[in-house]
Amino acid sequence: MMTVRPNTVRLRDLAKIVRSKNSGPFEITLDVVFDDPDVYRAVRDTNVLTRQLIADLYGVTPDRVMVAEYFDAAMAFKATLARSISSGGPGETDTYGGQQAAPLLDVMIPYGDHQ
Amino acid sequence: MNQEFRCLSAIAMLGYGIPCESLERGIACNPHMIGADAGSTDAGPHKLGRGVPDVSKDATFRDIRLMLSAGRRAGAPVIIGSCGGSGARTHLEWTWEIVKEIAAQDNLSLRVAVIFADIPHERIGAALEAGKVQPLGPVPALTVETLGRTTGMVAQMGAEPIIKALDTGAELILAGRSCDAAIFAAPAIRHGMDRGLAWHMGEILECGAMCAEPGSANDCMLGTIRSDSFELQPLNPKRRCTPASVACHSLYERSHPTISFGPGHRLELSGCSFEALDGGRVKVSGSRLREEQPIRVKLEGVAPAGFRTIVVGGVRDPIALERLDEITDAVTTATREYHSHLRPGDYSLRFIVYGRDGVMGEREPLAGQIGHEVGLVLDVVARSQDLANSVCAFARSQLQHYHYEGIKATAANIAFATAPSDIPCGEVFEFSVYHLLEVSSPAELFPVEIRELG
Repeated sequence: MMTVRPNTVRLRDLAKIVRSKNSGPFEITLDVVFDDPDVYRAVRDTNVLTRQLIADLYGVTPDRVMVAEYFDAAMAFKATLARSISSGGPGETDTYGGQQAAPLLDVMIPYGDHQ
Repeated sequence: MNQEFRCLSAIAMLGYGIPCESLERGIACNPHMIGADAGSTDAGPHKLGRGVPDVSKDATFRDIRLMLSAGRRAGAPVIIGSCGGSGARTHLEWTWEIVKEIAAQDNLSLRVAVIFADIPHERIGAALEAGKVQPLGPVPALTVETLGRTTGMVAQMGAEPIIKALDTGAELILAGRSCDAAIFAAPAIRHGMDRGLAWHMGEILECGAMCAEPGSANDCMLGTIRSDSFELQPLNPKRRCTPASVACHSLYERSHPTISFGPGHRLELSGCSFEALDGGRVKVSGSRLREEQPIRVKLEGVAPAGFRTIVVGGVRDPIALERLDEITDAVTTATREYHSHLRPGDYSLRFIVYGRDGVMGEREPLAGQIGHEVGLVLDVVARSQDLANSVCAFARSQLQHYHYEGIKATAANIAFATAPSDIPCGEVFEFSVYHLLEVSSPAELFPVEIRELG
């Protein structure tokens, strides 16, 4: 009989795309996209990726996380952060917002290991 | 109504270099229009502030010339959105001069529609008083003071002004600031196609071949819209669209995974389905558009934020690295004391520390970790270029020679990457307006002007 051993896996080992980008000059949006429906559903159903997690990872309060939602048709999770300084303004250091996803890569996901 | 309407997206950004073979394949599909987006806020506020593009004139000349030739052969209008990078009058005129040169060189006669998108301050001042301006997302409310500092302001047009321009029989439409998708949505809607499908297809096509695998901003894509669906077809045999690649692209650079807004509408993608067809094509259906009242257009404005001078260097000495905060704090203090005659706000001084938190700043969860060397950018922004240069020079000299406890490298604390070390960057800007303006008609802010060539 098959048993399920709880295990944890880094998000980077489950997702196909983990990226960040401007969504307008006052927001940075984070996309986590999967290419396997089973993996996507398993990650979604762990409820690890939440507004609170994003707030904790980026050192902001949850009200600065504008969106934290799944989109099943794209097998994706999206979260959108408010910027404290607008894109390209003095003191902001990622004009396109393209290098802000790294903290997501090592989020640990409980992932059933069938054996 | 014809059964289908075909849009050829030439490239994700005019001036990135349209690939000729893909364009040829696109022309062979008999497109009803050929379009390319030419602007964005992505590169920063300086484009609107300084009135400059972020691609070269030569690159723009090449791509428009290819599009005009393709348009002639296909008998289809060419539509360029957000001309010149930000779509303000200076950007439109810059693009117009290029079009004139192409027409002269190729002996073309051409009817061109130019659509302006600049918004006069008085218009917004009156709207503010009437309570018709709202922040868009996490943006401070617009004030009279902020409006007063704002030097450049445009609004994003939707489909209606472009439809008006198409009605004039223009062969080339140079649109000022536009919703990226509008250049494709407008001709399809004018043709009688479903607005939800037209806007969704436009949102995908405006990024060229980014929705394919492998994705590319530098390649063409064909979109064919029918009564109940649209279809995407790569024009380069190296690429294919898959349901996953197209669905994934629907997320790209948008705040919300399934909802987006345009003038007078809300587009909902939660009911979409993505179906693989042969030849690397994908069929999309279920995009739904809801009319919204009042009609709101997106405003973008920038304000001057001073003049910048930077120094780029690195620190390798492990003892200096241990004391990096002490060193930068001491430089900041010495610079402030030396410039004590200046008013607060005359200048700002920042250290960007690559190898620690240079990329993510206050968002960096690993800011306590540091490598065996760091890159250091000394970033000075001041009320004039002369002042920025002089504050930067002072701070740089302090940084170079600050004597910290335990110092062994007494010759210099920093390796400069350039000589001269100090790099004047010119005037800098910040986004001051990113708001929604209530309007009574979606075309009222965007006058269409016809210009004949040849």
